[in-house]
Amino acid sequence: MMNGILTALLIFSVVTAAFTGRMEALSAAALSGCGEAVTLVITLTGMLCLWSGLMEIARRCRLTEALARLLRPLTRWLFPTVPQGSPAMQAICMNLSANLLGLGNAATPLGLAAMRELQKLNPHKAAASNAMVTFVAMNTASLQLIPTTCAVLRQQAGSAAPMEILPAVWLTGLSSLAVVLLLDRLLRGKPHRPE
Amino acid sequence: MSFSAWLIPLLITGLFSWGLCSGVDVFDCFLQGAKEGLKTAASITPALVCLLTVVTMFRHSGTLDVLTGFLRPMAQLIGFPAEVLPLALLRPVSGSGGTALLHQLLEEYGPDSFIGRGGSVLAAASETTFYAIAVYYGAAGIRRTRHTLAAALTGDLTAALVSALAVSLLLGR
Repeated sequence: MMNGILTALLIFSVVTAAFTGRMEALSAAALSGCGEAVTLVITLTGMLCLWSGLMEIARRCRLTEALARLLRPLTRWLFPTVPQGSPAMQAICMNLSANLLGLGNAATPLGLAAMRELQKLNPHKAAASNAMVTFVAMNTASLQLIPTTCAVLRQQAGSAAPMEILPAVWLTGLSSLAVVLLLDRLLRGKPHRPE
Repeated sequence: MSFSAWLIPLLITGLFSWGLCSGVDVFDCFLQGAKEGLKTAASITPALVCLLTVVTMFRHSGTLDVLTGFLRPMAQLIGFPAEVLPLALLRPVSGSGGTALLHQLLEEYGPDSFIGRGGSVLAAASETTFYAIAVYYGAAGIRRTRHTLAAALTGDLTAALVSALAVSLLLGR
């Protein structure tokens, strides 16, 4: 599906640019976009190293284990195929906690660590396992309790109450998360076939 | 907001102190973890280059305006503010683009207007779907993402529809 969407985005872009005479801009965008990706990776690399390093300390102190035990009722239901106490489950719990605390910068590195651990448990290396789909789909919905970036933008724009949107954010986030989890269960269907 | 300012420094210091007290070689441990982080950074680079090239082209092609014009009558029919449509379309595709659009909305219509609030809720209650999928699966080396995108995009659509509804219910139009 990702293949189809990416190709469709490209075709739409070229056709629209052809009709609106923006081909120059489109050409420049292609070249600047790939450069931007590397700039983003460099920023991310610092984050990845910092949070992976901190997580290793937390793991060695058995803090991640304690956190995983705390979240067990939730994770047992969300990820029934991931063994409790496995490094994958510990990394998943760290990612979920970082998301809830609003540490978006930490959530991605911890989530990527979880994906690498989940891949070790995955029997079909080319296709995503059920646990992976649930985990990634959850991360595409917003799990954060305090939307800091948005609140800062509102404050800068002179809002009388930057945080008054919180209940509406929670309601929206929860509805979208519920739909994502429901659809994940519905579309999962039969066990996926190996390539 | 002072809570989040305290969180990261305390977390880092707390982890180092706790590790030292429990007899863990914290520096060596950190280096081992950071090395893994470096590997992850390398493994997500190809996926990010592909994604950002496509997304940047999409943003500069004017397709967003065309799509917005096309969806406007439908949005008006269900009471969704048409001004928020570009944000709803761009948010899943581009994080920085979404932030820039929200900033524009807030400046133009005011943060405490229906449009400003709706845009804020939508941006706060959703994530950059395509980026998450590309980066997470890139790190694991997965090629077939199965139903991830379908579930995630339906979630984004839900977020867009519920954001307008939640703002009118809880804060008024």
